[in-house]
Amino acid sequence: MVVDDKLISHLAELAKLEFSDTERVEIKKDLEKIFSFMEQLNAVNTDNVAPLIYVNDDVDVVREDIVDHPITKEEALSNAPIHDSDYIKVPKFVTHRS
Amino acid sequence: MAFYRTLSALQGDLFSGKTTCKQVVQDYLDNIDRNKSINAFIEVFKDSALARAEELDGQLINRQPQGKLFGLVIGIKDNIVYKSHLSTSSSKILTGHRSIYSATVIDRLIAEGAIIIGRLNCDEFAMGSSNETSYYGPVRNPHNQEYVPGGSSGGSAAAVAADLCMASLGSDTGGSIRQPAAFCGIIGLKPTYGRVSRYGLMAYGSSFDQIGPMAHSVEDIARIMEVIAGADDYDATSSSVKVEKYSERLQEKSTYKIAYYKEAIENSNIHPDIRSAAMKLVEDLKSQGCVVEPVSLKELDYIVPTYYVLSTAEASSNFSRYDGVRYGYRAEDAGDLDSTYKKSRSEGFGKEVQRRIMSGTFVLSAGYYDAYYSKAQKVRRIIADKTNEVLSSYDFILCPTTPTPPYKLGSHQGDPIAMYLGDIFTVQANLVGVPGISIPVGKTEEGLPIGMQFMTAKFQEGKLLSFCNQILKG
Repeated sequence: MVVDDKLISHLAELAKLEFSDTERVEIKKDLEKIFSFMEQLNAVNTDNVAPLIYVNDDVDVVREDIVDHPITKEEALSNAPIHDSDYIKVPKFVTHRS
Repeated sequence: MAFYRTLSALQGDLFSGKTTCKQVVQDYLDNIDRNKSINAFIEVFKDSALARAEELDGQLINRQPQGKLFGLVIGIKDNIVYKSHLSTSSSKILTGHRSIYSATVIDRLIAEGAIIIGRLNCDEFAMGSSNETSYYGPVRNPHNQEYVPGGSSGGSAAAVAADLCMASLGSDTGGSIRQPAAFCGIIGLKPTYGRVSRYGLMAYGSSFDQIGPMAHSVEDIARIMEVIAGADDYDATSSSVKVEKYSERLQEKSTYKIAYYKEAIENSNIHPDIRSAAMKLVEDLKSQGCVVEPVSLKELDYIVPTYYVLSTAEASSNFSRYDGVRYGYRAEDAGDLDSTYKKSRSEGFGKEVQRRIMSGTFVLSAGYYDAYYSKAQKVRRIIADKTNEVLSSYDFILCPTTPTPPYKLGSHQGDPIAMYLGDIFTVQANLVGVPGISIPVGKTEEGLPIGMQFMTAKFQEGKLLSFCNQILKG
């Protein structure tokens, strides 16, 4: 698997990461190694094998739909790096189109 | 100074008035101070631990000690949250994060009389096998500080080995409890998937992650498991299978049928001292009347690649929550919202975490999903079916916990694949969801610990622990 700049940029965009030019060279090299390591799986015959998604038998175990472990607004805001008394603050992201 | 090696010895002295919880906590605090160079703790909860000890001593004075784990001084891996305490998963991106709730395991420990003494260093978000990816610097192996303690629960293993606490909690996604337990010469159990609630454990690979205990004795592992295991309304994958009284089974003596992988023990990549320790254990078990037979697993080489496809995929999805907005580190003056995400994540995550997020993003992305992600899920089924088949005719599978003994700090940096291959024997239990334990079986010529691993069928922790107790007690 050849890892080119286009693929790195695409993955970085999806993963919301960014890399400097030097980091880019490094991550390209690392991902090439990692992907070819993963490609060893191509040698396994998986015809008629269903994907394993849950390792245990009991799935979809849900509790009663009752509110529990509530938190206060202050607690919810307490870890946000930038907030006021009511809201978490982020840079403006809605722009007005004229 | 002598430290207690079993909770029952400690409780004996507490109940007969020979010592107090406060004295025991103070002894550990002093020892932590003397061993700062190991870097096992990110934070010691000195004040809250001492206050808690005094509270428990009050119960002693009234002759009403409460709880199965009364007096147990325990450390927690920094990816398990404890209300009102900082919790960072050894990552810069969670700088200043103070948890607003406690993990289920923490609530259960405290309800049974345990004292939480601090949070323990680990690889960043549990991603690593040497504890060198921590934002707070590497942990050093107490047996020789030039060597790594293993990872990712390196602080949890080193702290127990160096008597900085009696026991600890770690988490294990691909070997992160068992491998450091082996490297530090202690016992570490990864329970069956679903046996212990993951509520309050920072997610890495959600179909693999399990919290488990690390300690000096099987007895303590059993007693901690009795408290932390069991169904939990807040983790839909926690199992409702009844929790056994593990500690009451420890005196059972029995002969078992044990399988071992010929390829694993006779492989030239296995360190000779580990190979001979494994062969010796095989002979010892045979002489005690166990049937020990080689079985083959031709998929052995595919275990680690399967694990890295699936665990990185799950991680890339889980880690989308770290956005620099709701908690933790936020890049300053990033400009717009998109740049806030990108800069906060790029500055906040370390290299190995970024590598795994990128790998996971790739295997889940359009055009590659079937060839990588679905493929690995299918191979996971093949490996699970074959392992469960072996475990239907054998009680245990034996193999070394690690192919090599601890290595020197810095020696495995720069080659992610070499580091990943160190997980070759531990990852299988996570792929299949079965329990695995590492027990100390001796030392290499250089005096570094060797660990052996036993796996057993799902929810058979009781049998596993009584067997390990039988081996260690002779």
